[in-house]
Amino acid sequence: MLRYCATRLIAGIPTLLLVSIFIYSLIHLTPGDPAVLLAGDNATPSQVNEIRARLNLDLPLWQQFSIWFSDALRLDLGASIYSGKPVTWLIAQRVEPTLVLSLTTLVLTVLISIPLGAVAAWKANSIVDRLCMAFAVIGFSVPVFVIAYMLVYLFAVEWRIFPVQGYKPLSNGLLTTLHSVTLPAISLALVFSALIARVTRASVLDALGENYIRTARAKGLSAPRILFLHALKSVGVPVVTVVGIGFATLIGGVVVTESVFNIPGIGRLTVDAITQRDYPVIQGVILFFSASLILINLLVDLSYALIDPRVKG
Amino acid sequence: MTDQPFVPDGTSLQEDTSRAAGRVVRRPILEALLVAMKEPWTIVCLTVLGGFVLVAAFAPLIAGDPMAINPALRLKPPSPDAWWGRDHLGRDVFSRAVFGTRISLIIGFSVAVIAVIPGVTLGVLAGLTKIGGTIVMRIVDAMMAIPAVLLAIALAALLQPGLTTVIIAISIPEIPRMVRLVRSVVLSIREQPYVDAAISVGTGGLPLVFRHVLPNTVAPVIVQATYAAASAIIAAAILSFLGVGTPPDVPSWGGMMADARKYFQFYPSLMAYPGVLLSLLVLVTNVLGDRLSDVLDPRKSTRRL
Repeated sequence: MLRYCATRLIAGIPTLLLVSIFIYSLIHLTPGDPAVLLAGDNATPSQVNEIRARLNLDLPLWQQFSIWFSDALRLDLGASIYSGKPVTWLIAQRVEPTLVLSLTTLVLTVLISIPLGAVAAWKANSIVDRLCMAFAVIGFSVPVFVIAYMLVYLFAVEWRIFPVQGYKPLSNGLLTTLHSVTLPAISLALVFSALIARVTRASVLDALGENYIRTARAKGLSAPRILFLHALKSVGVPVVTVVGIGFATLIGGVVVTESVFNIPGIGRLTVDAITQRDYPVIQGVILFFSASLILINLLVDLSYALIDPRVKG
Repeated sequence: MTDQPFVPDGTSLQEDTSRAAGRVVRRPILEALLVAMKEPWTIVCLTVLGGFVLVAAFAPLIAGDPMAINPALRLKPPSPDAWWGRDHLGRDVFSRAVFGTRISLIIGFSVAVIAVIPGVTLGVLAGLTKIGGTIVMRIVDAMMAIPAVLLAIALAALLQPGLTTVIIAISIPEIPRMVRLVRSVVLSIREQPYVDAAISVGTGGLPLVFRHVLPNTVAPVIVQATYAAASAIIAAAILSFLGVGTPPDVPSWGGMMADARKYFQFYPSLMAYPGVLLSLLVLVTNVLGDRLSDVLDPRKSTRRL
């Protein structure tokens, strides 16, 4: 098990290195000299040179990259061009809303999608199944910001149950925070659970054909007991896999949702940095998201060994 | 079994040898498509999609100038000359929605096509050659570690703004998925006895690829390309919504929704029209993808957003 963990961990390192190279080369796709762009229209040549030197843009590309990467390994991602604050600090400041939103979404997703998928499989090809799967197709066809505005219109503008936008930090109490992230979390969870409900349905359907389910039925166990205690056990691996794959989608969704609901998280930081062309922040944020994605998928791989005893390094 | 689409990881040897001629695998794709065409939901979706295509093709005949600004009429409710009302610059919402169909369809179609070409080439390379496979898959893994929407946003923001940029920015994150899919199909085909048979009679290199490997990737690639088109339409709307998509004066559904944000509480219909059209187009594309997947690709290519 330890060996399995170690190999998976080591396999993540070259990926992260390549990701960093991609992210770093992103800047150099921009037409024109970044230093000139950043200095603005009224800059003197010496100011441009000063910026160029500050950002190491005068060094050869590989040298620029190795400086940036070795700094990044020490969690130093440079400083924002506009505010001058360290990128790591900017990210750390914004982690809480994003984390709260993602975790709430994940919990809601599991609560919605697992029962939905299980019931759809249990009643396969019935009207209930059709409705569940129609929900699933609609769920990943309707873009998250369309769902978000629909919910805002109903629950915030018409009925005034939830705020239209904004985020209340955890220091105001857990319930206040959850109240402020309910609508964004539901919007994201609807999209995400559409994905997972389908996979749950497919795996439960497989499981229901197995002999041990027939045995459970022969023993006279009740339908919910068979479904939720016996059949759902085998659903772990595929569902966890999809949670891992879907996490990239979730991150994309978080960026959009934070923008719709004006939540001061890392997604907002990303969009703001991109519209301002704040290169160090853009690089830092994308690296942060990619590293979390690699980490999540590592955890997913490791969890196989926990869920399914047959998987061993 | 002859009416069944070819299963690349087919289980019985007899079935494989009966198809060893290689060309046989192409016919069932057309047959399967014809079967799918007869189902009611497929017909509904194809009709809706066809409707969108017609609207896009004949946009100038259907609606007036989508860019005409008329400040005196700003935010006016629906009237006979502007069926869906007017936006914050007094532009006709209906015309903008009609012309916006064009952008969505162009982006969806182009991304699907653009993702296929490098995707299939690299996927075949990765599946057939050992060193090439290792290199390509390392790069693919790394690219897939960057969230697709984030990569598209960054690319769109950093390159020169415009329709081409948007298409490129959305296509690039699609390519690694296609590579993975094609490689997995190629890996399973490589194990088939008919490939061994072909090699033993001296077929190798490109003829092997074109006659025996590529035909088997067609079905899963069509399915994946359909999903890619659907997600590209969403991605394009997200880019416009965040302000890094097609230029703001070009009518697009995402751009209309971005414009509508400020006025949303009092004029929700400005958001609703493009939102509903966008969702409907993506929905029919996804349903068609699902139907194609059912008839063409029993192994199920991985579905995602």
